[in-house]
Amino acid sequence: MTDTDQAVIEVDGLRRGYSGGFEAVRGISFSVARGEVFALLGTNGAGKTSTVELLEGLAAPSAGTVRVFGLDPYRQRAAVRPRTGVMLQEGGFAADLTVTETVRMWSGVTSGARPAAEALALVGLTGRASVRVKQLSGGERRRLDLALALLGRPEVLFLDEPTTGMDPEGRRDTWELVRSLQAQGTTVLLTTHYLEEAEQLADRLAILHEGELVLSGTPAEVTATRPARIRFTLPAGVAPARLPLSLRAAAQGRRVEIRTERLQRSLAELLAWAEASDVELTGLDARSASLEEAFLEIAQQRRAGGLGDFDDQMAGAR
Amino acid sequence: MNTLTLAPGRLLALGRSELTLLTRNRATLTMALLMPLVMVLVLKNSLAAYDLDGGAAAVGEATLTGGIGMVLVFVVYMNLVNAYVGRREELVLKRLRTGEANDLEILVGSALPSAVLALVQITVLVGAGAAVLDVRAPRNPLLLVAAVLAGIVLLAALGAVTSAVTRTVESAGLTTMPLFLVSALGSGMFVPVDEMPGVMASVCELLPLSGVMTLVRAGWQGTAAGQDLAGAALVTLAWAMISMFAVQRWFRWEPRR
Repeated sequence: MTDTDQAVIEVDGLRRGYSGGFEAVRGISFSVARGEVFALLGTNGAGKTSTVELLEGLAAPSAGTVRVFGLDPYRQRAAVRPRTGVMLQEGGFAADLTVTETVRMWSGVTSGARPAAEALALVGLTGRASVRVKQLSGGERRRLDLALALLGRPEVLFLDEPTTGMDPEGRRDTWELVRSLQAQGTTVLLTTHYLEEAEQLADRLAILHEGELVLSGTPAEVTATRPARIRFTLPAGVAPARLPLSLRAAAQGRRVEIRTERLQRSLAELLAWAEASDVELTGLDARSASLEEAFLEIAQQRRAGGLGDFDDQMAGAR
Repeated sequence: MNTLTLAPGRLLALGRSELTLLTRNRATLTMALLMPLVMVLVLKNSLAAYDLDGGAAAVGEATLTGGIGMVLVFVVYMNLVNAYVGRREELVLKRLRTGEANDLEILVGSALPSAVLALVQITVLVGAGAAVLDVRAPRNPLLLVAAVLAGIVLLAALGAVTSAVTRTVESAGLTTMPLFLVSALGSGMFVPVDEMPGVMASVCELLPLSGVMTLVRAGWQGTAAGQDLAGAALVTLAWAMISMFAVQRWFRWEPRR
C-alpha cells in the first residue's frame, strides 16, 4: 500500500461521535486499493455502518480524515458522487412506486446511467419490473438496492450488509455479481456479519469491535493468528494425563481438546503417541481456525479484557 | 461547502416520481383538489358578513384572493409536509443523498408537483372565479404572479421546516394546524385586515403569509401604496430567509432513532 495513487479509499484516525456523547467510531485507519474487495466485519453495534456512512460522505467525521479518490466525500460531494455507488443497510424506496419507476427516478439523478432493463437484469429482477416496491420480499429489495448502486457504473461500490435478508440463492447470485464487478476493476467496500461472505469475497478484511479496528489483513492472515484445534475422545481407562505434555491438552472427562499454532506437527505427535500406546482416538477432528472462530474469539477476548496477548497477535497480522 | 446548483434533469426526475406518488395517494390527492374549493365557499360566506367597500364585487375579490392563500396553504404547504415526512420515514431522502442530487435539488424536485398543482389551481380559480363571481380582472397581473410565486417558495420552505418537527405522516395534520389557523385568521383570508383593531392589524401584518396576501390583493386590486408593497415584500423576504436558514439548520434527512 505504499503506492498512494492506487489507494482509492484512505481512512486516517477516523472518529465519529453522536450528540448523546456516544462515540461509535474511535480512531480507525485503513486503506483500500483500486480493484480490491475490502470487508468490514463486526458484531451489531461495532461501528460498521457509522464508518461506511462517513466513507459515503453522508456525514462529516468528528475527527480524522476520509479520502475517496483523494477527495473529501463530504465536502467535495459533487466530484465524488458520480464515481461511487451506494447500497445502504436499509434501502430507501417509496413503497408506492414500481420497481421500474424507482429505477427510472434514479436514472434521472445519475450521470451515465445504465438502461433500467440492463440494471434490473444484472440483479435478476427483470420479472418484477412492474411490481410495487411494497410488494417485494426483503431479498428482492436488496436486489433492487444493488441495481440502483450499480446504475452509474461506479468505480467504487459501498455495500452495507448487501445480502442480509436474501435467500441462499440470492446470496450466491450477489457474490457472483460482486466477483464479476471486481473482475471489471470495481473497488468494493462491504460490511457484513456473515463471515462466510467475507471469506468468499474479500481480498482483505478488517474486524471492528466497539468502534476500533482490532485486526486486519487477508482472510488467511487473520485466521493464521488464531490457533488450530484438535478434538477427540479417549477410550475408557486411558487418562488424559498420559498424553504427551508438549501437546498442552485440555481434558473434560474423556473428551480432549488441543489448541496449537502448528497443527501438522501437533497432529503428527498425537498420532505417533496413539499408535505407540495402541490407543484409539474416537471422533478425531483436526481443523485450522476459521474466520468465524477468529471473530468470535476476538469478541470474547475483548469482553474479558485479555488485550495484552491479543495485541501480540495483531502485530503478527500486520 | 457544496455549491448548490439546480440541474433541470435531476429536478424533473425527482418531481416526476413525487407526482406519481401524489396520484397514488388518494387521501392526499382528494385533500389537495377539494379543500381549496371547499375553502373558497366558506370564505365567500365568511366575508359576506363584513360590510366591504365595493359591495358584492369586493366580496368576490376578497374571496378569490383568500382562495389563492388557501391553495398555497393546502396544496403547497400541507402537501409538502406530507411528502417530506413520508419520504424521510421511508429513508428515501437518506438514500437520495448518497446519489448525485444535492440537498437543494432533492427538496426542490420533491416540491415541483405541489408547486405546479398550486399554479394550475390558482389559474382555474382566477379564471372561473372571475367569471362566476362577477369581479374585475386583476389590475396588476405581473404583481399577482410574482406574489403567488413568492408564496410558493415561502410555503415550500415553511413546509420543509414543519416536516422537521413532524414525526409521522399521521401527525402532519396536527403540526400544520398552527400556520393554517394563523394565516387564515391573521393574514386577511377569512377576516379582512381592515376590519381589525389597529394594534392587532399591525401585529398581523408581520405573520408569515401576511406579506404574500397583501401583495396578492395589491396585484388584483392595483390600489395599494408603494410603501405598503415594500413593507409586504420585506415581511415575505424576511420569513423566506428565516425559514431557509431553519431548513439548513434543522431539516431532518433521516428518521430519529
